[in-house]
Amino acid sequence: MYILVLSNNLQTYLVIGALLFGIGIYGMVQRQTFIGMLISAELILSGASLNFMAFNRFLAPDPTVGQVFTLFIMAIAAAEAAIALSIIIAVYRNYKSIDTEDVVDLQG
Amino acid sequence: MVSLLTVEGLSGLLFFGFIGITLAGAIIATSARSLIRSVAGLALCFLGVAGLYYYLNSPFVALMQILIYVGAVCVTIIFAVMLAESSELKQITSRNGLVGPLAFLASGILVFALAGLALKTEWRPALCMVNRGTVENLGQSLLTTYSMSFELISVVLLVAVVGSLVLARAGRDK
Repeated sequence: MYILVLSNNLQTYLVIGALLFGIGIYGMVQRQTFIGMLISAELILSGASLNFMAFNRFLAPDPTVGQVFTLFIMAIAAAEAAIALSIIIAVYRNYKSIDTEDVVDLQG
Repeated sequence: MVSLLTVEGLSGLLFFGFIGITLAGAIIATSARSLIRSVAGLALCFLGVAGLYYYLNSPFVALMQILIYVGAVCVTIIFAVMLAESSELKQITSRNGLVGPLAFLASGILVFALAGLALKTEWRPALCMVNRGTVENLGQSLLTTYSMSFELISVVLLVAVVGSLVLARAGRDK
C-alpha cells in the first residue's frame, strides 16, 4: 500500500497548496461581495503558507525558518482581515451594500 | 509495503481525512451561496490545514493556526457578515455569464502549472540539519535571529488595530 505513506512526500503538500491557491483565485474572480473576496484571499494565503511549511520540513537545513515565516504570514493575515473588514463596514455604512457591482462611483 | 492496520497505515488514512477536509472546506468557502456558510467552510479548511501542519512536524504552528484563524479571523468575519448583511435575493444581477467559466479556466491553468512544476522538479534535500525544528528551537530563533522582525510585526499589528478602529468609527454619528 504505497498510497498510505503519502504524508511523507513533498509533492503531496505542494499539490495541495497549488489546489488551495487555485480555488482561492477562482473565488476571488467569481465572488460578488467584498467579504467573499476576503475569504478567497485567506485561502490563497493559506496555500502559500502550506508551501512554505512543506519546503521547511523537507528541504530546509534550518527547520525553524519556515515556521517563523508562517507565523508572520498569520500575523499579517490577521492585520489584513481586520483592516479589510473595517473598510467593508465603512463602505456598508455609506452605500448600504457590500456588493462589488454597487460601489462604482469612480467608474468612467 | 505498509499494512492498513499498523500505526503508519492508520496515520496515512487520517492524513487523507485532513486532505479531504481541507479541499472540501475550500470548495464550500468559494461556492456557497450564503456568506455565513462560506465562512464555516473557511473554518473547516483551516482546521484541515492545521492537521497538515501537524504532519509536517510543527505542532506549534498547527495550534497557532487553530487559535488565530479558526478562533479569531473566522469569528471577526462572522461579525462583519452580521453587521453588513447583504440581501441574498438580489445576488444574481446584471453580470456577464462568462465570468464563472473564465474564472474556472484561469484557476485551472494556474493549478495545472503549479502542480506540474512541483511534480516535475527534482527537489534536493538539505545536506545537513542545523537543528531539529522543535518548539524550543523555534522560540530561540524568534528571540535571537528574527527578533527585529518580531518587534516590527508587533508594531504592524498595533497600527492595524488602531487603524481599523478609526476606519470603523468614521461616520458612525450619521
